[in-house]
Amino acid sequence: MTANRPTTLLAELTYRCPLHCPYCSNPLAMAGASEELTTEDWQRVFTQARELGVLQLGLSGGEPLARKDLEALARHAHALGLYTTLVTSGVGLTESRAESLREAGLEHVQISIQDSDPETADRIAGMQAVHLKEAAAAVVRRLGFAFSINAVLHRANLHRIGEIIELAASLGADRLELANTQYYGWALENRNALMPTAAQVTAAQDVADEAIRRYRGRMQIIYVLPDYYETYPKPCYGGWGSVYLVVAPDGRVLPCHGATHITSLQFDSVRDRSMAWIWEESPAFRAFRGDEWMSEPCRSCPRKTIDFGGCRCQAFALTGSATNTDPVCTLSPHRAVIDKAIDEATAPIDYRYRYLKLETERA
Amino acid sequence: MPLTPSSVPTLWRLARLDFDQVRQQHVLLYPEGAVLLNDTGAAILQLCDGQRSISAIATILEERYKCDVTADVTEYLSQLADRELIRDG
Repeated sequence: MTANRPTTLLAELTYRCPLHCPYCSNPLAMAGASEELTTEDWQRVFTQARELGVLQLGLSGGEPLARKDLEALARHAHALGLYTTLVTSGVGLTESRAESLREAGLEHVQISIQDSDPETADRIAGMQAVHLKEAAAAVVRRLGFAFSINAVLHRANLHRIGEIIELAASLGADRLELANTQYYGWALENRNALMPTAAQVTAAQDVADEAIRRYRGRMQIIYVLPDYYETYPKPCYGGWGSVYLVVAPDGRVLPCHGATHITSLQFDSVRDRSMAWIWEESPAFRAFRGDEWMSEPCRSCPRKTIDFGGCRCQAFALTGSATNTDPVCTLSPHRAVIDKAIDEATAPIDYRYRYLKLETERA
Repeated sequence: MPLTPSSVPTLWRLARLDFDQVRQQHVLLYPEGAVLLNDTGAAILQLCDGQRSISAIATILEERYKCDVTADVTEYLSQLADRELIRDG
């Protein structure tokens, strides 16, 4: 199957981060600063991505502000015409840093918030970050960036979704992403503490629907459903290797940020190969393109062109094979593992926090 | 609110038009998204300056296409307004 042109690149510039959120999508074993790509590497990656068709660039992490060359990277992306988003915790986004990023041509800043309740927010982040985020939001507004807020939802905050929406509006967001937790990496480790109850999910949906209508034209609200409570799986980025790609801090190129969890695949690096070769030819990107790889019930299912069998990472993590149907699907013979996870989610909220595996850093 | 010929369409503050040299195609870019535009769509959006009404845009395009395009322009911009990419006023 021939490859489409990709539209979106998520550049995970570093795994370093001052926050310790227990739902982080970064892998459990993370590389430190000494293994990160250089400035020149990243600039080459952006140029090659643009040549391949990428239009959207996310500068992400970890906390991308931990990279001292962030301004140089934003400037390069801007010169290429990429629509660039800084995906940040807000911690470290000082006035002078924000000004130099604006000057470099950065267009869009997305700041995460953990909760509307400051105490819980800081407990989730594993640091006192609320006041730093508020200050960062004010600077982002003042400098005229396009401004999004992202909030990850789970059992400790889902019942406050209404207050979270009001907080985002009061901080002046143009756009709010309300994302129910997806269970990969650290979030899978903490699933019992993060999984919302059915009652929370139902109530939150009503609040989100009403707010989406009420804020229309003022703040765009995107509500990402909790997929464990769905009937059918999510259509991950239009299918594997269709429009989206991720470059990890060490240069490995991934079809999605969770793909390193599929230990049966090997991912090529931009240190050895071009972005075009990796996108078009590499075994990892070709592994689940199209529908040849599918097993039943996907193979003969009319929904295979709608959800593409769901998430390969979730299928691998929960069923042991990446070619199985995403077990979230009620047609999957493995759906019981999802129902069991929902039933078991009554454990006390006691997080295993995200920490970078400690190693000597030479940064 | 549906758009009408007297509406004054303007691009969402977060969206911008660009020409993609790779695809040789106009594109509308916005946070986490892109719309690939055909030449007609691009011609319409380039005239959405926050000053002209849909009627005024249609009048300009009618000279180019030699037919009444008011309904088509209204329909096209309404679809983008449904996605919050176009605002009225």
